[in-house]
Order: sequence, then C-alpha cells, then structure tokens
Amino acid sequence: MSAGTQFAAAAGAVVALPARLVEPVMYGLQRLLGIRRMPWVFLLPNLVAVILFALLPVFINVFYSVSGSDRLFPWDRPLVGGANYATLFDCDNFLDPSTCSRDLFWRALGNSLVFVPVQVTAMILIALLTAICLNRDIRARGFFRGIFFFPVMLSPVVVALTWQWILQRNGALNGLISSAGLTPVNWLVFPNTAFFWSVFVTVWAHMGFYTIILLAGLQAIPRDVYEAARMDSATPWRVFTRITLPLLKPVLLVVFILAVIRSVQTFDELYVLTGGGPGSATMLMVQYIFEVGFASQPRNFGLAAAASLLLGVALLIFTGIQMRISRSGRDD
Amino acid sequence: MTEASMTKTDMSVSAFLMRRRGRGRFHWTDGLTYAYLLLGLVVMFVPVLWVVVSSFKTPANLAEFPPTILPFSAETAVVEGFDEPLPLFDVVGEDGETVRLAQIRRVGIQAQMIDPADPEAGRIVVPVENATPVRRVYLAFENYTNLLASSGNQIWRYVFNSLFITVVATVITLVMNSMAAFALSKYRFRGSNVALVSILATLMIPATVVLVPTYMIVAQLGLVGNLWGVILPTVATPTGVFLLRQYMLTIPDELIEAARMDHASEWRIFWRIILPLSSPALAVVAIFSILSRWNDFLLPLVVLNRRESYTLQLALASFQTEYGIQYEILLAMTTLTALPLACAFIFLQRYITTGIASTGIK
Amino acid sequence: MKRGMMTATGALALMVAAAALTGVQAQEIRLLAGDTGTGGALFEEMAKSFEEANPGVDVVVEEVSYQTIVESLPVQLEAGEGPDIAIITDLGGLSRFYLDITDYVDADYFEKEWGQTLAWLRGGRDTDAIFGMPTTLTVNGAYVNLTLFEQAGVPVPEEGATWQEWAEATRQVAEATGTDFAMEMDRSGHRFASLAISYGAELVDEEGKPVVDDGLRAAIEQFVEWHENGTMPMDLWGAVGGSTHRELFSDFLNANVVLYFGGSWTLAQMDTEVGDLFDWAVMPAPCGPSSCTVMPGGGAMTAFAHTEHPELAGKLINHFAQPENLDFYISNEVEIPSAASQIANGVEYPDASERTKEALATFTAQIPKMADAAYRFQGWRYQRAMMNALTTRISQVLNNELDVDGALERIEEDVNLAIEAAEGQS
Repeated sequence: MSAGTQFAAAAGAVVALPARLVEPVMYGLQRLLGIRRMPWVFLLPNLVAVILFALLPVFINVFYSVSGSDRLFPWDRPLVGGANYATLFDCDNFLDPSTCSRDLFWRALGNSLVFVPVQVTAMILIALLTAICLNRDIRARGFFRGIFFFPVMLSPVVVALTWQWILQRNGALNGLISSAGLTPVNWLVFPNTAFFWSVFVTVWAHMGFYTIILLAGLQAIPRDVYEAARMDSATPWRVFTRITLPLLKPVLLVVFILAVIRSVQTFDELYVLTGGGPGSATMLMVQYIFEVGFASQPRNFGLAAAASLLLGVALLIFTGIQMRISRSGRDD
Repeated sequence: MTEASMTKTDMSVSAFLMRRRGRGRFHWTDGLTYAYLLLGLVVMFVPVLWVVVSSFKTPANLAEFPPTILPFSAETAVVEGFDEPLPLFDVVGEDGETVRLAQIRRVGIQAQMIDPADPEAGRIVVPVENATPVRRVYLAFENYTNLLASSGNQIWRYVFNSLFITVVATVITLVMNSMAAFALSKYRFRGSNVALVSILATLMIPATVVLVPTYMIVAQLGLVGNLWGVILPTVATPTGVFLLRQYMLTIPDELIEAARMDHASEWRIFWRIILPLSSPALAVVAIFSILSRWNDFLLPLVVLNRRESYTLQLALASFQTEYGIQYEILLAMTTLTALPLACAFIFLQRYITTGIASTGIK
Repeated sequence: MKRGMMTATGALALMVAAAALTGVQAQEIRLLAGDTGTGGALFEEMAKSFEEANPGVDVVVEEVSYQTIVESLPVQLEAGEGPDIAIITDLGGLSRFYLDITDYVDADYFEKEWGQTLAWLRGGRDTDAIFGMPTTLTVNGAYVNLTLFEQAGVPVPEEGATWQEWAEATRQVAEATGTDFAMEMDRSGHRFASLAISYGAELVDEEGKPVVDDGLRAAIEQFVEWHENGTMPMDLWGAVGGSTHRELFSDFLNANVVLYFGGSWTLAQMDTEVGDLFDWAVMPAPCGPSSCTVMPGGGAMTAFAHTEHPELAGKLINHFAQPENLDFYISNEVEIPSAASQIANGVEYPDASERTKEALATFTAQIPKMADAAYRFQGWRYQRAMMNALTTRISQVLNNELDVDGALERIEEDVNLAIEAAEGQS
C-alpha cells in the first residue's frame, strides 16, 4: 500500500460518515434535476465559497475605491467618484516619483517592476539548475531533494525572522565575516544590499516548490528521445536547447506564471525583514496597499482599494500578454 | 579559444545538462554537481539550524558579538557573603599566573573580584582585559520552560486551534475542490469555461489586498473570534481545483461510462471511482492546504480576537511586542512552531516530493 | 478499519463541538489588555472584589499582543465587534467608539484626577463627557551609560543641557571609549516628536490641523545631520521603511551606545538585564531652542459603545479608579502614575531597585516641564497619521529619496489626506 493510498484511506475515513449521509441526498438531487444539471451541483459549494470570499471582496474593493471615509461598511461610506484615483495619478512627471502626490505608490510600483523580473529570473534559473542536478544519478537524492524543499514549509514570519536574525549588524553572517578578518557590512541598511537580500530570501523560501515541479517535468521526458538524438550524434548542448528545453516548455510556462503571480504578491517576508526599507527601497505594491489600508491610522480603505485594482489590472494585462505569446509560440 | 577546446567544453556542459542516471566512471561534472548540492545544503539548511541552536542560548550569550557557535553559559560559584552565585573568571595576574576568581561587579574596564576559595582575603580590582570568563556549553532549556510557563496551559490551546483549523480546512478543501474539479473535467456543459476561469482568476487576488472586505464579510456572518471565520474564507483554493482538474482529465472517460451502465449514481462515480484514482493529486493539494493553513497569519490576526482562539503563529508574533523583541523566547517559539512541520517532513519527505512530481502539471 | 473510521469521525465531531463551545454567560465583561508590562494580571486581581460585590458578573481579562491592540482592534471596533473594555494607547484616534461613562462614575473625582488626559479621550470633540480612565503615564526619556562617561573622563551634561551639547558629549565619550554609537532613538514618530517639540515644532494647531513649521524643519535637519556624521546609526531610522516601529534597546543593554532615547516602560528591563554591568541613569529632558520637552504617553481604559452591559462596564472602570486600586496598580506595575493626587503624593514602589526609583523620579520630574504642544499632540485624533508620516518621510530623507523641503511638504500632505479620507471628502 503506497503512502498515497494510505493517506487517501485516512482522509476517506474522516469524511466517511458524512459522505454516507450525502449519498442519498445527491442521488435525490440527480433524480430531481437530471444528469445534465449535476455538474452545477458538484460545482455549487466551491462556487459559493469563491463568490463569497474572493469575488465579493473584489467588488467591495471596487466600491471602496470610489468612496471615502475610514468606515468599514459600504453603506456608511459617501461616494467620492474618481477622487482616489486622481490622488494616485496626481503627478507632475510620471517618470519621477518624487513629483507625485503619492510618491510611495509610484516608488512601490517601480520597485515591483524591478523586483519581479529579477526575482523570477533568479528563481527559475536556480530552480532549473537545481532540478538538473537532482535529476542526475547522484547519491542521497531524496535527502537533497528534501533539503531544497524544506524552506517551502516554513511560515513567512519564521523565514523573515530567521534571516533578520542572521543579517542584523551583530548577526551570524557578520560574525562569520569578521572572524575571517573582513569588515562586517550592515546588510539591511543600504538600499542595494537590502534589495539583494530581499530577492535572496524570497528565492530561498520558495525555490524548492518550483524545483520539484521542474524535476517532475525533466523526469517526464522519455529517454528514447535522448537516445535518438545521440544516434544522430547531435552535440549535447544542441540536445539541451533543442530537445530538453522545448519539451520542458509547458512546465516552464506554468512555473513562470505561478512565479510571477506570487512574486507580485510578495509581502509577509519583506514586511518583517525590511519593513520596505531602507527608505522605500524594498517597498513593493502589496505592502503599500497594506500600509495605506490597514497599518495606518486612520485607514484609507479607498486609496488602498484603488491601488489594488490598478495592481489587478496590471496582472490581468500581463497574463493576457503571456497567454497570447504562448499561443503564438504554439503556432510556430 | 580553439575549435577543439570549444567542443570539449561544449561536451562537458552538455553532459552536465542532460545526463540522467549515467553509468560508469566518476566524471568531473559529478564533482560539480555534488559541490553545488553541498553548497545548497549549507545555504538552505544552516540558517534553520542556526535558529535552533540559538534558541538554546541564554540572553547574555545571544547578545555576544561575534556570536559563539555553541550555546555557552558562564560558570558560577556560590561565595560566602553573597546571595547570588557569582560568575567565575580566569584572571592573568601581574606575575603571569592564572587564578580563578569570582566577579562581584564590573564597572567599565575594571572589575571587582573575589577569590571563591578564600573570601576573607577581600576584594581584588582587576582590569577587564586580563579576565576571561570561565564558560561551559549549556543548553538553556529555560527558554522553553519559560515560554511554556508564561503561556501557561494556553500553549496547548494554540496547538489545538492550529490543528483544528488545519485539519478541518484541509478536509473541506479536498472535498469541495475535488467536486468542482470533477464537474469541470468530466462534464461538458454550458458555462463550464466561465466557472473555470472565474475560479482560476482568484489566483491573482493577493489575500492581503482583500483583507478588509473579507474581514467585513466574516463579521457579517458573525464569525469573528470563531475558528470557522478563518476556515471558510480559505477553503476554495484555485490551485487545488486546477491541479485536481488537470489530474482528472487523465482518467479515462470509459470508466465513467461503464459505471453509468451499471446504474451508478453520479455521486457514486465521483466518490467511489474518481476520488480514489485521484489520490496522488489529492495528497498534493492536502499538503499545500496543510502548509498554508498552519502558517496562515494575517487573516487569523484580524479575525481571531480572543486569546483562547489564537493559533500558534499568532502566539509567535505576540512575542514581538512594541517594546522590544525577546529574542530568546522568540527563537524558542520559532523552533516550536516549525517543529511539527519538520517532523511531518522527515516522515513524509519522499512522499511529498514524489507526490508533487507525480501530479505532473501538464 | 471500521473502528478507525468511527474514532476519526468521533474526534472530528468532538473538535467541532469544542470549537463551537464559546461559553457565553449572562453578564460577562470582556477586558482586553496588551501583554506589555504585567499585562492584565493586576486587573484580574482587582476585578475580584468587583465580582464579589456584583454577583452573577464575570470579568474576563484577556491578554493579547500589543500589535492586536494597535492594528486589529480598530478594525474590529469598526465592525461593531471586539471587547467591552480595553486598555488602548491611541486615545484620540479611537474616540468615536467609546462609551460615555459619565453617569456611572464619580465625574468630579475623574476631572480632579485626570483633567488634562480626559480631554485626549474626547478626540477633539466639544464635550465634557468622560470616556475612560487613564491607567499609566509614560514619559519619553534618555538613558545614559554613566560608566562610559566616567571612563572617558567627560563630565555628564547637567540638567538643562541642550540636545546639541548631549550629542557633542556623547560623541566624545564614544570616541574615547571605542563605543559604536553616541546616540540612538527608537524608530517611532512619538519619540521624534519629543525632539521636534523641543525644537519649537507645533505639529498640530488648536483647530486640529497639522502644522509644519521651522521648528520641525530644524529638528529634521538636526536629526539628519546626526545620521550623516555617525552620531546615530542608520539601523533604526535608516534601514526600515514605512511606518514600522523598531527599537534597538539591546544596544544600550550591551553598552554599544552612550545615550538611548526611549521611554519609561523599559525600566523593568534595565533592572533585570543590566544589573551591575554598568552604571546608568535617566537624564532630565534634553533641551531644544524652544523648550525642554519630552512627549508624554500612556494607556487608558475605555469601554466601547457596542457593549451589552454599559452600566456594568462603567462601574467596573469606576471600581478600578478607586484610590486603593490605583495605588495597587501603579506600585506593582512600576510605572509613573497618571492621577493628580498620586503625582502630588508620590507612590511607593516596594519591589523596585534604587536605580529604578531614581529613574522614575527623574521621569516624573519631567511632567511639569512638558510644553502645551506635547499635550495637544498627544490628544490629537490624527496623531498616528502624523507619526507615521514622520517615520516614513524622515527615513526617505536619510536615504536621499527626498530632501528636507520635500519631506516637510509630504508630511503635511500625508496628514491632510488622512484627515480628508477619514472625514469622507477625499
């Protein structure tokens, strides 16, 4: 009995009794509605949850963004039209954030525009390299695979506190550096080093997840493809670029989209690690939204909601472009 | 670079890039691989180990720079005439001889010491630079006992709350997501694409951003301070539906047709045929649900406003107060919250990673 | 297998039942206290006699993290949720959620003991209503490492010394003794306000509008200069962004800094962690060109309007406000009293060390010197908006993202926007 079926059995046991009660109900529904309507019955619980806790909040956000005051309930909030958007776009020169009324919004946007490509590229390259290494015939493979996956299990707060503890002025890293006779660096005080470490820490925490997916992709490539290539005495670099990469492309695409979405949403780790500092060097979009709408007093739900909708639109456009590129790639 | 050397590097690079389960002699690329993996071991694991080791240090030891690798504590001696045990120092005298003295008090660069063997001899003033503390390796378990004592029996309450949320949310997620995935993979019906897209689109909504409206809805449902207020908003995971649907697409439709011939109800087909066959994907969804529910922070922080409904993560955060971080307790708590996951991981490691791999995102 | 199934289902059912069990009693008063200091333990003890006098009433004291009080409680109150009573620190900002307890307490007594602080709770409203009881008073102040001064042979500046004299003296000490830094200040708008007001900043005017004046400019310029010449480390104000609160009091505990500007609430920590390692003292408020002011602060116990038992909640607060309970609380909490009679007569601290008692006396002696602007700022409804703007913008100046003019402009804009947004005009 594999661990998988064992798990399924255990999970099944927990829900067995309620399931026995559900069965006649579902059968009754099937008799009543007919088989054609059954998919909606299956979808219903999930859809209700999605509508109630994902789509409805977004619609409330839309309303927040066109209304004012620090009241929570929509019916207490006066409409202000596009005022929140106008505040965000109140700039003399869009290329220079310091000329904007809400300069931090534009700085956060700029930071995200640098952070996301850098972090995603680093993440995918390192995850791919690791997956290739793990795909080789090595000893203690399971052990190494586990080591790289381990940080994925840690909570963001734990990850951030761990690294803060290591990177602080009197932390372990500086201890190591000074015992090697070099000058310690106050890592989180300088914008460049702080930015580097925020990329490093987020890659550290999440790369294991992508490594495993890429590893699965590599293992799914049939060996005879390589054998055939060897027969044709194709140069191995060519084999990698012409066979491995194209065959890995669908997996890479999923990894890429997931990595971008999660990179844009980066918040917890950096909030604890740098608080967005120094200055605003590592403040990303979600933190800006959180600070305006939640951590500040009085809370400006309206402005936060407007910023979050702009972020949402940006993500949608990105996904759209991505879809189009991947579709046109398929036509080749 | 000559043509020949070019091909040679080319060869090795490629051998490195594409070799799978290679046989035969030890190649230098193997060395490179192991070097990379060992580096990975250091970078990925040492930080975590460092936190665990540090959690056994005394506050004084934690404040030292450069930090000591092992937890140390000062050796002390009870000296007549002093209520508290005094720390011991090895002092190099003017004649170059080393004596072991107990320190009464240190003022800047000078310290008042006393000979523990002969307290009658009176106080000796010693320059601090001549004295080295006598230390021994000491595991400060009191960090943990203090933590447990300060939270009283509450800590078990937090463990229970975290477990309850994790288990219940995961079970609901599995049932709901697989029902939806079943509908979206095994039926052709009008609106299925709309339903799929609207579920997947929620992937793009950062939880932080909808925190306030979500809280409002939870409040309207009367679930503030209730563990269900944290469970319900998180159960409809888009990744769960996506993974399960992709997996179910690979299950042949003939199985369903055959079952329908036998007059099995749709629910029976789902429950008895599709679900058992999807167990690898279910396991993956379960793992991610467990991880994210156990580590959830922001929503519980707002919704769970009573101490009796706190989760472990909230308790952990509460040791970082406005007036300062109590590092020794914080580190102990960090270790404690990560511990159950580490244990689970050691047992399930192979299974977790192969499980994710076998789902095969296609 | 079957039995396993039954047990599992049973366990699940039990868990569901246990979670649903939130025992709601007939007359339960929930009191929320932050976990700083002694937390809620003292209130729990004092509530016992109240419970005896009022049979059937159950006072439940809950200790939560300070973060919950600052961030989550306001959202909960906004949704009509939350405890019946809480000890809060944003006295003006939460004003509109308070229950008017004038009828349940001895109003004259409250006015006599806490006249000024009661106004903070009104959040700028024009009323004589009483909304709660101030619990403790905290005072910002400078902790100084006297041992380092002694070793450097630098005289400790006397009472009335200016910030600049302190900076100069501590720099000399740091240089002579090889100490890392001369001065440090918590990354907190509240701490900075002490400096700003002593440099003549008004911060808020009588109408409750933000004031950005030359005093504030001078204070920021001074502050930036200290960071540039290394008097202060970048770790606190430089390294962190946004409105995040940070402190590095451990630097003072480890003698890495000569002067640390924090507050009276760390006294207990000084006693336990520094011990005999070095001599330290709390210094009288450093002076600026305008005044020798530090900011007052502190908590207040308030009842909320959504409570189901307004009379009980009010009476409970009145109970805590009785002189014997006040004395019991302050002397065990080792804090500065907030009630006028206690300030006048002094409070005994039987368990505190000599040094701590001296430090408390110094802190208390600063109270009469506080400028009006400090009191006005402390009671301002938008104080937190101003403090967040100060930390955010000053950090940006330190990192060359803004110049001082730009920062001043933004601070005013930030606060005005917050006011507009809160009042729904946007």
